[in-house]
Amino acid sequence: MIINKETIYTKDLENKKMKVTREFDAPVEKVWRAWTEKELLDQWWAPRPWKAVTQSMNFSNGGTWFYYMEGPDGSRHYCRADYNSIVANKSYEGLDAFCDEKGNINTEFPRMNWKVAFNKADDGTKVDVEITFSSIEDLDKIVEMGFKEGFAAAHNNLDELLAK
Amino acid sequence: MRRDVFQAIADPTRREILNMLSSQAMTPNRLAENFHTTRQAISKHVKILSECQLVKQEYSGREIYYHFNSKKLKEVDKWLQPFRTMWDSRFDQLDNVLKNLKNKRS
Repeated sequence: MIINKETIYTKDLENKKMKVTREFDAPVEKVWRAWTEKELLDQWWAPRPWKAVTQSMNFSNGGTWFYYMEGPDGSRHYCRADYNSIVANKSYEGLDAFCDEKGNINTEFPRMNWKVAFNKADDGTKVDVEITFSSIEDLDKIVEMGFKEGFAAAHNNLDELLAK
Repeated sequence: MRRDVFQAIADPTRREILNMLSSQAMTPNRLAENFHTTRQAISKHVKILSECQLVKQEYSGREIYYHFNSKKLKEVDKWLQPFRTMWDSRFDQLDNVLKNLKNKRS
């Protein structure tokens, strides 16, 4: 097994893109399912201690995944992803957004476009995520709001590591 | 005119300018000597870098010195850090999901 599980981050500053690449020890069909089926997405999409809870999922071109992320204090961030350019077991694109509990998009927050590609790599699957921002101000806001979860997760993982 | 840090550092010449200024402050002449291009072209790049606060100009006697403002660039990395943390955490969880999926017959 030659799976390199290091996550590679690339900044394409000129085009305001971020790329995230990672290999997974499972065949493409399974990795695809984990990214596109609600039961599986709910298990990993939110970085712990947050959890993702799907409200509705329609994985098809023009369809939407509507979910919330719940924090350890019970606070909820409602989010949605609008899907397009789906090529089964190969790639899809999604436009994300923060929204209210009814799924109405909060236009005060920037949206990011996600392009996710799946490719066979040795015994596993290589996943490339390309995220496009529209401006530097957007990045600023996203960090302020949506990536608080990231900080929380970091602390949590560190705690686990230290407990070992 | 509003300048964008990402745009500013997307250009290879501007990145090279920042690299040089990060080791020491330089006068416009001294800086331009390092490039095979006109001094005018370099000063245009410096102007863009100043406008987004990556480069500061300070007078020392009669000479102007360009200084690199590392604080501004750190902001860019700061933006990316929570992003990394989130993905690392997500992907570890995804590994587990896939492990369970593999063990099941489907």
